[in-house]
Amino acid sequence: MAVSIDLTAAKAGSSSRMPHGTGHPLILGAAVLTGLLSLLPLGFVVYIAATSGWETIADLVLRPKVGAPVVNTLALLVLVLPLSAVLAVALAWLIERTDLPYARLWSWLVIAPLALPAFVHSYAWNAFMPRFHGLGAAVLVSILAYLPFLYLPVAAQLRRLDPALEETAQSMGKRPAVVFFRVVLPQLRLAIMGGSLLIGLHLLAEYGLFVLTRFDTFATVIVDQFQSVYNGPSANLLGGVLVLLCLALLGLETRLRGDERYARVGSGAARRRSRVPLGEWRWAALALPLAFALLSLAVPVLTLARWLWSGGAAIWRLEFIIPALGQTAMLALAGAVMTTLAAVPMAWLAVRAPGRVQRVLEACHSYVGALPGVIIALALVSITVRVALPLYQTLATLLFAYVLMFLPRALVGLRTSIAQAPVELERAAASLGRPPVAAIWQTTIRLAAPGAMASAALAALGITTELTATLMLAPNGTRTLAMRFWSYTSELDFASAAPYALLMIVLSIPLVILLHMQSDRVEQV
Amino acid sequence: MLELRGISKSYGDQKGVENVDLVAPDGSRTVIVGPSGSGKTTLLRLIAGFEAPDRGTISLGGRLLHGAGGSVPPHQRNIAYVAQEGALFPHMSVADNIGFAIPRQTVDRARRVDELLARVGLTAAFRDRRPHELSGGQQQRVALARALAQQPDLMLLDEPFSALDTGLREAMRTMVGDVLRDAGIASVLVTHDQAEALAFADHLVVMRDASVADAGPPQRLYERPADIDVARFLGEAIVLPATISGGRAQTALGDVRVRHDDAARANVLVRPEQVRVAPQSDGVGALGRILHRAYRGAQWRLEIECQECGLAEPFSIDVPASFELSPGDHVRLSIADEAYVLPR
Repeated sequence: MAVSIDLTAAKAGSSSRMPHGTGHPLILGAAVLTGLLSLLPLGFVVYIAATSGWETIADLVLRPKVGAPVVNTLALLVLVLPLSAVLAVALAWLIERTDLPYARLWSWLVIAPLALPAFVHSYAWNAFMPRFHGLGAAVLVSILAYLPFLYLPVAAQLRRLDPALEETAQSMGKRPAVVFFRVVLPQLRLAIMGGSLLIGLHLLAEYGLFVLTRFDTFATVIVDQFQSVYNGPSANLLGGVLVLLCLALLGLETRLRGDERYARVGSGAARRRSRVPLGEWRWAALALPLAFALLSLAVPVLTLARWLWSGGAAIWRLEFIIPALGQTAMLALAGAVMTTLAAVPMAWLAVRAPGRVQRVLEACHSYVGALPGVIIALALVSITVRVALPLYQTLATLLFAYVLMFLPRALVGLRTSIAQAPVELERAAASLGRPPVAAIWQTTIRLAAPGAMASAALAALGITTELTATLMLAPNGTRTLAMRFWSYTSELDFASAAPYALLMIVLSIPLVILLHMQSDRVEQV
Repeated sequence: MLELRGISKSYGDQKGVENVDLVAPDGSRTVIVGPSGSGKTTLLRLIAGFEAPDRGTISLGGRLLHGAGGSVPPHQRNIAYVAQEGALFPHMSVADNIGFAIPRQTVDRARRVDELLARVGLTAAFRDRRPHELSGGQQQRVALARALAQQPDLMLLDEPFSALDTGLREAMRTMVGDVLRDAGIASVLVTHDQAEALAFADHLVVMRDASVADAGPPQRLYERPADIDVARFLGEAIVLPATISGGRAQTALGDVRVRHDDAARANVLVRPEQVRVAPQSDGVGALGRILHRAYRGAQWRLEIECQECGLAEPFSIDVPASFELSPGDHVRLSIADEAYVLPR
């Protein structure tokens, strides 16, 4: 489960694409192949639904045991999304647009929770307040863990807004509060909806977080079913319902988004903006980011430090830690390289030869990112068991799952960097006698390499902390950091889990740095 | 009447404007012109109230907008502001943009919007368009209509035409000037384009290095500027050393009338259009040489050097298309009308 954050989403129609044909047949072929493979999980769900028959579906899906997690999941969405949106807008406004003390520091601290995998957040809260669980805990920890997904696009959009709009509205006699609600807020709509969608999809997909807060959601029920009866029809059918929920969320977002265009009208550089002086509220306003940082960072860090301290040297069982680190690194590296390579043909086509076929293909590449890891895992287990048994529970299947999950992440980054490489270079290389694919490889792809590295890094970081699909698909004997962490936590051995949590956090810090840099660059795009 | 007294504003150690006095009479069209970084936009933003000056007072029609007692916030000033590219609200239709400042309960709101559209030369068909569906010129028209809707006491225009094509720019300038005159609204326009400034202004303010270099009616500034730099900024200038006595200046280009009675040695300003060019065979006047000529349809633009007149730089001058001389030829030069003695 890894939808990428596209900070440039609101810049509709500003890309200068140059259509010419369908691109090279080899490249198109590769993209079609990837696109078809991406359709496997959806195909699987459709197949299950079609072959089960109404009675089985009604039997397995429409029963009281399923009702509770559905209600839980919906309650989670209804509570977490609006609260997160309000909090993210408030924080982004304070940090980007006012003279809040230490604004630069807060802009780092607010996205720092991303360095902690969601299940580490709930591990910390579980250890910090053992009796705090159920809906309240699930809502709080979800907000703490996922808020950066909303904060990042909202802050980026706030920074990109033309200050002249607000100034003009003010000069037309509107009070600052009116200007905020009628001019600023409407233009944050796309960013808010994009971020909310991302959080919503995470809420639907997350397993570890909700198991530890003892809150049954759809995803946790599916994984439980799967673990008790491998490849049972019940888990598969519930998976189908989960996919429907995801698609409903996607559809809702698309509908609400409409074809609105909130980009800056006209060209030319927006002028620097002045920050709103908070006056006597300047220090009082610190309470909000401070409270968020305390809950989202101080609690986990202190809890973790406590377990590390009390565990002492005994919990650093290097004979387990080092292999886990090695396996995680190997999986992350291989997965990231494969994901990036798989995204190259589509990224190139999307930039160089856009058209209807390419748009459909791109949608095939992108939608898998919205599917929970549990669905991809269920699909691959069923397909390998039924069609290709030798591939069942192999490294190849696991890596393939990673490719599907992180394909959109790689695609977004690659597309941007390919778009920045001038097409003339490809033509020059071709006119100097290079065959087409070689010409593209030696010019555009070379120039896009730094962007590709960043995309690969994002994918690798995602794989490092991936838990659900890894648990379901990993070959016997595989023990990644996340898996070790999870098995200790399940046995309530919080101290032994602490070193793994620490390692995952340390490995995720580059993610925070990358995202912060990306969001800084938005202004210059 | 807009009055600025002793206005200063700096950003860190960078001067925005320094000790600026400025008066814009009621109903007048004031233009602030200057190179980029001269502080003209800062001045506009101070008048609008988007920023507060470090020192000085601003008043409009006798009402103190900024002074020792504090600052009136922008939304209570009733000063309209038209930004460089219109700054239309991208999430609203044209009608909603124009109606933004008209209270919702106003009875004939829709009719007023149509009226305003018509005033800026747009049909009612534009009502439901979105800003991104408009051309640059149309966006500026809507922005103007939106600013008119609030019936402001003063309208500020920040380089409103700079994003438009040359042809459109002139038409827009005329339209905006007419609309503002008909509505009787005083305006302050900021531009870096001297031709635009001369064409639009009935009161011109030239800014340089964060302060006012010269201010007054445009003709006065063009013909009798405060110093050489203002002269050069507003148009091509020929500056000649001269000996003055009895209301006449003796220059290397011949004798010319000046409004200066004392005997003195000074520099005089001559605009190229005052220079008469004649074939060498005419026999009178200083001798210059044509360096280059460019055909412009109705005229030739000649580039002429005259080192013996003491001119270090060649100057350009337009002559009728019938003028039959080529680069390399010599011409006789003389000055018509009156030259201006530049203050020391």
